[in-house]
Amino acid sequence: MGFLSKIKEGLKKTRDSVFSKVKNILSLEKLDAETLEELEELLILSDMGVETVEEVIERLKEKVKEVKDPNTALKKVLIDILKEEEEEKKEAPKPYVLLIVGVNGTGKTTTIGKLSRIFKEQGKRVVLAAADTFRAAAVEQLKVWSERVGADFISQGQGADAAAVAYDAVMHAKSKGKDIVIIDTAGRLHTRHNLMEELKKVHRTIGRVLPGAPHDVWLVIDATTGQNGLVQAKKFAETVNITGIVLTKLDGTAKGGIVFAIKKELKTPVKYIGVGEGVDDLKPFDPEEFVDALLATEEAMDAEV
Amino acid sequence: MFESLQEKLSRAFKTLSGKGRITESNIKEAVKQIKLSLLEADVNYKVVKEFIKSVQEKALGEEVLKSFTPDQQFIKIVRDELIKVLGEKKVGLNLSGSPAKIMLVGLQGSGKTTTSAKLALMLKKEGKHPLLVAADVYRPAAVDQLIQLGKQIEVPVYTGDRKDPLKIVQEALDEAVKNVHDVIIFDTAGRLHVDEKMMEEVRRIAEIVKPDEILMVIDAMTGQDAVNSAKKFNDELELTGFVVTKIDGDARGGVILSVRHVTGKPVKFVGISEKMDGLEYFYPDRIAGRILGMGDVLSLIDKL
Ligand SMILES: Nc1nc2c(ncn2[C@@H]2O[C@H](COP(=O)(O)OP(=O)(O)OP(=O)(O)O)[C@@H](O)[C@H]2O)c(=O)[nH]1
Ligand SMILES: Nc1nc2c(ncn2[C@@H]2O[C@H](COP(=O)(O)OP(=O)(O)OP(=O)(O)O)[C@@H](O)[C@H]2O)c(=O)[nH]1
Ligand SMILES: [Mg+2]
Ligand SMILES: [Mg+2]
Repeated sequence: MGFLSKIKEGLKKTRDSVFSKVKNILSLEKLDAETLEELEELLILSDMGVETVEEVIERLKEKVKEVKDPNTALKKVLIDILKEEEEEKKEAPKPYVLLIVGVNGTGKTTTIGKLSRIFKEQGKRVVLAAADTFRAAAVEQLKVWSERVGADFISQGQGADAAAVAYDAVMHAKSKGKDIVIIDTAGRLHTRHNLMEELKKVHRTIGRVLPGAPHDVWLVIDATTGQNGLVQAKKFAETVNITGIVLTKLDGTAKGGIVFAIKKELKTPVKYIGVGEGVDDLKPFDPEEFVDALLATEEAMDAEV
Repeated sequence: MFESLQEKLSRAFKTLSGKGRITESNIKEAVKQIKLSLLEADVNYKVVKEFIKSVQEKALGEEVLKSFTPDQQFIKIVRDELIKVLGEKKVGLNLSGSPAKIMLVGLQGSGKTTTSAKLALMLKKEGKHPLLVAADVYRPAAVDQLIQLGKQIEVPVYTGDRKDPLKIVQEALDEAVKNVHDVIIFDTAGRLHVDEKMMEEVRRIAEIVKPDEILMVIDAMTGQDAVNSAKKFNDELELTGFVVTKIDGDARGGVILSVRHVTGKPVKFVGISEKMDGLEYFYPDRIAGRILGMGDVLSLIDKL
């Protein structure tokens, strides 16, 4: 399956269930109260949150003044929220260290496996660090992924100090001239103060072995997550300075609308989307494609309650 | 959001003194705030609309009691109705089968494997002799995960050939009879409700196992889409209930109201930590205030 068809496949159910209806409504070419209310409902069903939805609708009302077609206007408003300034291409540090964090079960370990595949395909030499030393068989799970993609695997087993594992992995990469280190961490609820402190320690330790590292910290968010996603993002950002988001499980019917709220409030960009459990099911996030796919016309699937 | 809601409500209370009957106009602000609050708690939009409508219908025309303002009384009605929808009492497990068979199903990462082991420990403490069955052959190290948890709680784990879930569960049934286990708990792979092949598999597992309990495990942080997956799993498998995990976080857990509303099936347990003893029976009345985001207002109303 080609790249575009794969992402479209992943997002198909998303737009079937919600956004195709938006398109139908908006192609009526007028924004009366009833249309707006329906639009509001559909956007809320995407988990965008009431506040963000209200803002989108306000912006849409402005936008239709310059862009006559409400559908195009809505697309513009949504893309504007997600769009990023073009980043200056800097030379990648070596080793480049990426720390992966998030609450329990969102898809961190799986995403690391998929990311390794992408980096390997770019010819990079990848080291994986099993710094989830807490959950049963988390180490074994990452090991399976390291074998699948052919990455080095650094572990001290279950119960070890997470920071020590991260330290080991970065040292290993430095001495062996590896390009990339990805550090898996245990899922933790942002409300658990001691676990958030542990994360800080992992972060600090990495910075001591390699000044400037970790170069990126990505928060993995499950697309089925509701309004708590924004709270998670805020709390993790306060703890370890999140630089990006990976939105997983978009192959289901959940819409992942919470990323609009997060981007609006924290400016954190979405980097990748997960569209399955396989090694190739991770795609770079492209706001236009994302919103485009969301708004593309399909037969509406009725997600009646 | 939380603070401002409290503020707004107490303002609504102050301005609206006086008795009389509940009318649409004297509860307008309270209705709006409750709607917002339920949405903020991730209760499904359509469920919110239906819920509010039915509560409003019940409330209109009701005489306002001496000690209440119309808003307060309306919120009390909402609270009572919420508890009614959630189910008034805790609902336990049906363990009448011999052996009793419990199957856990749900989306990826919701907490099935952890909950399987927690349930085994809970039942063991109640004097049962459970057997855990590792029927997830897909996720890397899923079987190891259950083996490790089984070791921790000293409950045997049946793994079979680690390849064919249908064969594994069949063999596990025989194993249980041979070794006089009175409860068997089946951990299954995470799957999407829209994955036809995987839904077919879980249906076939259920046909072989004929479980007394099929519990869908749902993450408390789930948003609007929960109704779609819960409905589909319930249609395919006739669930007997839900387990809502990760309630130890600060998600308001509106998903509990949503899934109960669309399936009519009870939430039986909640997961309150990653640890093996982190499973509790679900008490509907304890969660109402959390979903409404009005714990304080509710206790105030209770005192009046
Ligand atoms: N359908 C689907 N499933 C996914 C995706 N990403 C991950 N998963 C599944 O989600 C489940 C949890 O994934 P993990 O990678 O173990 O999640 P985690 O965040 O590392 O979990 P903890 O370490 O326990 O906090 C697994 O069954 C994965 O196969 C995705 O994009 N789509
Ligand atoms: N804080 C907290 N974490 C939980 C709870 N229940 C499960 N978890 C965590 O959630 C993550 C996923 O749990 P699993 O039991 O692996 O989930 P699963 O449904 O078996 O996942 P798949 O088999 O990949 O579909 C793990 O990190 C668990 O420790 C809970 O009640 N509270
Ligand atoms: Mg993990
Ligand atoms: Mg599992």
